[in-house]
Amino acid sequence: MAGQARVLGALTLDSGEVLPELTVAYETYGTLNEDRSNAILVCHALTMDQYAASTHPITGKPGWWLNLIGPGKPIDLDRYFVICPNVLGSCLGTTGPTSPAPDGKPWGMRFPVITIADMVRAQAKLLDALGIEQLHAVVGGSMGGMQVLSWAALYPERVRNAAAIATAARHSAQNIAFHEVGRQAIMADPHWAGGDYYEGTPPTSGLAVARMAAHITYLSEAGLTEKFGRRLQDRDAKSFGFDADFQIESYLRHQGVSFTDRFDANSYLYITRAMDYFDLAEAHGGKLAAAYEGTSTRFCVVSFDTDWLYPTSESREIVHALMAAGAEVSFVELSSPFGHDAFLLNTPGMDQIVAGFLG
Amino acid sequence: MSGLRPDLRIIASSITEGASVLDIGCGDGALLADLKHNKQVRARGLELDAANVASAVAKGLSVVQGDADTDLATYMSGSFDYAVLSQTLQTVRRPDLVLRELLRIGRHAFVSFPNFAHWRVRGSLLFGGRMPVTRLLPERWYDTPNIHHVTVDDFRALAAEIGATIEECWFLRGDRRTTRTGANLLAEHAVFLLRA
Repeated sequence: MAGQARVLGALTLDSGEVLPELTVAYETYGTLNEDRSNAILVCHALTMDQYAASTHPITGKPGWWLNLIGPGKPIDLDRYFVICPNVLGSCLGTTGPTSPAPDGKPWGMRFPVITIADMVRAQAKLLDALGIEQLHAVVGGSMGGMQVLSWAALYPERVRNAAAIATAARHSAQNIAFHEVGRQAIMADPHWAGGDYYEGTPPTSGLAVARMAAHITYLSEAGLTEKFGRRLQDRDAKSFGFDADFQIESYLRHQGVSFTDRFDANSYLYITRAMDYFDLAEAHGGKLAAAYEGTSTRFCVVSFDTDWLYPTSESREIVHALMAAGAEVSFVELSSPFGHDAFLLNTPGMDQIVAGFLG
Repeated sequence: MSGLRPDLRIIASSITEGASVLDIGCGDGALLADLKHNKQVRARGLELDAANVASAVAKGLSVVQGDADTDLATYMSGSFDYAVLSQTLQTVRRPDLVLRELLRIGRHAFVSFPNFAHWRVRGSLLFGGRMPVTRLLPERWYDTPNIHHVTVDDFRALAAEIGATIEECWFLRGDRRTTRTGANLLAEHAVFLLRA
């Protein structure tokens, strides 16, 4: 099952540019039924990948959504066939800045700027190739949720159920700001070299700082305090220097450095840009409800009370727009101390909601 | 059907096959699940408590977490055949505004509530001199969610004041129906069907 990829021809992008050749790498779990009606598309977040329910080939870590995906689990592999593609612009097999351009060299910063809708169109081409006309469901959290919302807006007839978790219909100024900090950290690293680093040393320190800044936004203050507090790292007293005295510093440094083993700096630039450009209402005359007028897709929206990156108010806007469009929608704010990361964790209520919604 | 609370049983039996129903304060979705299963209604719910929403969604229902006091404005006028408010009227901040919203959203509205003028409640206050704690109103005055106690006659007056027509009403004592005559004194629980 591991390591599947399809070459899917050219892809016209929102920017007007055309990718001459699109490859989408993906993983599948479970078995597609005879009438091809039990497929669930799982969309991943910014730095995740297609290994939602299988071991990551680089890190050796287990799948990132094993809480939800598996036999007998809410996304039940005894009943459903799950497809999880690596998003356009990423670096684990799907076309992105690390892929070869027509001249044989990596695209680097010559790669066209992409959008969330472009990612979704690439996934739709994959489904075409797999012969899956309609999905039982599209499910995703964070940027995965943005893809879910785009799927339901772009291909309503192909999506019977859409579960958008810990997400928003547009990226807020605060979220754009955090992304810009990360991008500037990458671009300030001399090894970045305008994005043309594939034959030399990659900008690992810049990418690590970007990850450190982003990682803070995935947690909550209460969660950080509980996990780290002001505790010192392997020492009895402050060093009066700039070592990682505090556990939180050591943790963030580790998160930053280990991220660079599995992720490409240019991919980080492109995907964060796609998220910043995301504003589903903008493409529909400023009215989000217009994106879903007359839809027959059922929706489920979930937020978490300590998620300040994609707060409940953003989810409510989605819900209100869906209701105004006359769509069938469920919504719940679940309680978790773990901030945005709650969507990846075993948050009470989530199993019940996802399983019940998918039926 | 038999598993439903008595007031919900009355509401369920009065709702027509294939209707659209919004249950405001739907709890774990018992009424909606029953109606969806037995009468193929288009069922939607609004519920404040997250655990209740999770239980309702787990039943395959479409329920939105929200507050009757603040979130009804998002529903379109006349978008449901029935809007249901069962044992919730007495818990909202502004029952009058919620009732108006109910009649705006639904072509018909069901409202059920415990009658605060039942003789046992009156007796408890008259002879005991304490805020009544009864089977239907089990909480004490300081921890009760029932912040606007209402009587059958109060409700009739409010309905008249906002220009609603009472299409039907039912009264309960325990699990049994009781007469319309003397309902304000004898009924523990009332169910009204209104239209704007």
